[in-house]
Amino acid sequence: MKLYLKIWRQKDASTPGKIVDYTLDGVEGDMSFLEMLDILNEELVSKGEEPVEFDHDCREGICGTCSLQINGEPHGPDRLVTTCQLHMRKFNDGDTIVIEPFRATAFPVIKDLIVDRSAFDRIQQAGGYISVNTSGNTIDANSIPINKHAADEAMDAATCIGCGACVAACKNASAMLFTSAKVSQFALLPQGQVEATERVQNMVRQMDLEGFGNCTNTGACEVECPKGISLTNIARMNREYLSATLKG
Amino acid sequence: MSLIKSSLARKYVMALSGLFLVTFLILHVTINLASVFSPDFFNEASHFMGYNPIVQFLMQPILIAGVIVHFVMGFVLEIQNKKARNVGYVKYKGSANAPWVSRNMIYSGLVILAFLALHFYDFWIHEMAYKYVEANPEDPTRYYHETVEKFAPFWRTILYVVSFVLLSLHLWHGFASSFQSMGANNKYTVGFTKFAKIFAVVVPLAFAFIALYHHLNPITH
Ligand code: HEM
Ligand code: SF4
Ligand code: FES
Repeated sequence: MKLYLKIWRQKDASTPGKIVDYTLDGVEGDMSFLEMLDILNEELVSKGEEPVEFDHDCREGICGTCSLQINGEPHGPDRLVTTCQLHMRKFNDGDTIVIEPFRATAFPVIKDLIVDRSAFDRIQQAGGYISVNTSGNTIDANSIPINKHAADEAMDAATCIGCGACVAACKNASAMLFTSAKVSQFALLPQGQVEATERVQNMVRQMDLEGFGNCTNTGACEVECPKGISLTNIARMNREYLSATLKG
Repeated sequence: MSLIKSSLARKYVMALSGLFLVTFLILHVTINLASVFSPDFFNEASHFMGYNPIVQFLMQPILIAGVIVHFVMGFVLEIQNKKARNVGYVKYKGSANAPWVSRNMIYSGLVILAFLALHFYDFWIHEMAYKYVEANPEDPTRYYHETVEKFAPFWRTILYVVSFVLLSLHLWHGFASSFQSMGANNKYTVGFTKFAKIFAVVVPLAFAFIALYHHLNPITH
C-alpha cells in the first residue's frame, strides 16, 4: 500500500521542529510500524537524506523504548500494543499518517521522534525499591505467604514497561498511571510495607518536580496503555498518599 | 500549605469541595421543588434559611468559601495542566480514549461560574439589599411570588436551563470522579458511577423543570 506520512522532524532540543511530508510505497500489511519506518529510512539514506530518528529496542513489546504519537494516539489506533507490535494492516492504502513525538514538558525532544523519558527513571529512583538483605543471607521470597489476589494485582501493576504512553495520551500530560503502577507493585506486597509511607510521598514529590500535570480522571491513560494498567492503581496511590500524609 | 503544594492534595481539595457542593445541591433542589408543590412550605423554608443566624452567618459563608475554593483550584489545575505540555500535538485524538465531558470540565465549570454570577445577582444581592441595606421588615410570605416573578422573562429562564444542562455535564463526570480522587475505587464503583450519572441528570432536570414551570405558570392577580 501507499502511505502519506507527516513526520515531525527536529534537529535537536534547541532547534524548532516542523512536520515534513513523505510518500512511501510498497508497505505490506504484515510489516510492523517500525519496519515501515525502517523502509522509509532506507529510502532516505539512499537519497543521501538524514534518516528519521525514532526510539526502539526489543521490538516485541517488552522494553517500553518505542514511543510515537500516531494519528493523535500513543502507539497508534490499536489497543494493548506498543508501536513495535502495531501492524500496518491497521491502515489502508492511501492513508495519511501523522507521526509525532510523545508531548510533555517533562519529556523534551532530543531529536525528531525521540524524547527524553529519564523523568520516569528519577520517579522510580525516588522510591521504587525495597530494602532487602543481599549480603549472603537473602530470604527466599516464597517464605512469606502472600494472598493470591494481592499477588496478581501486584504482578499486573509490575507489567508497566515505563513507555510513557499514559503521559502522551493524557490531556494534562499527567504521569499518575505510571507512578501509581510503580507505587502499587510494592504497596500490595508485604516486602513493600517497610518504606510504604516515604515511597508514595517521595515518588509523588518527584513526579510533581518533573512538571507532569494533574489527574482529571479522564481515563485516557488506561485506554492507551499497552499493558492495560488500570485506573484502580491511581486510586490506590491516592489512598496511600492520603494515609501517608495523615500519618505525617 | 505544603499539603496543597502536591498534585494529589490539590485533587483532594477539588474532590472534597466538589462533593460538598453536591450535598448542597440536594438541599437546594429539595427546597426549590416546594415552590412548585407547596408554596406555603417554600415560603416557610425560605424564611427560615433567610433569618436563621446559623444558616446566614455560618453555613452561607462556608458555602461561598466552598464555591471559591473549588473554582480557584479548578483554574490552578487548568493552568498547571496546560504548562505540563508546552508543545502541543499537531494531531490529538482526545475522543479516541476519553469522554468529552471529562476533557472539558473547565468549560462546563466556567459556564456554571457565569451562571452563579447571574444567580447571585438575581437572588443573593437582592436578599442582602432587602434585609440589610433597605432594612425592610420581615415578610415570611414574599418568597414564593418573588421567585415566580423572577422567571417571567424568557431570557432568564433560558439562561438558567442552559446552565443546568452544563451542570449536568459537569456532574456526569465530576461526581464519580471525586471518589476516584479520594482513592475510592472498589467493588462498589461500577454501581456508584451509575447512581452518580442518574443524579447528574435528575437533579439538574429538576432545577430546569422548576424554572420552566414558573415561567409557564405566572401568578395572575
Ligand atoms: C463555580 C464554577 C465551577 C468551576 C470553574 C468548576 C471547575 C471544575 C474543574 C476544572 C474540575 C476538574 C478538575 C480536575 O480534576 O482537573 C471540576 C471538578 C468537579 N466539580 Fe466543578 N466547577 C465549578 C462548579 C461546580 C459545582 C457547582 C459543582 C457541584 C454542584 C461542582 C462539582 C464538581 C465535582 C464533583 C468535581 C470532580 C472533582 C474530582 O474529579 O475530584 N463543580 N470542577
Ligand atoms: S502505565 Fe502503561 S502507558 Fe504508562 S508507562 Fe506504564 S506501560 Fe506505559
Ligand atoms: S521496542 Fe521494546 S516495546 Fe517496542
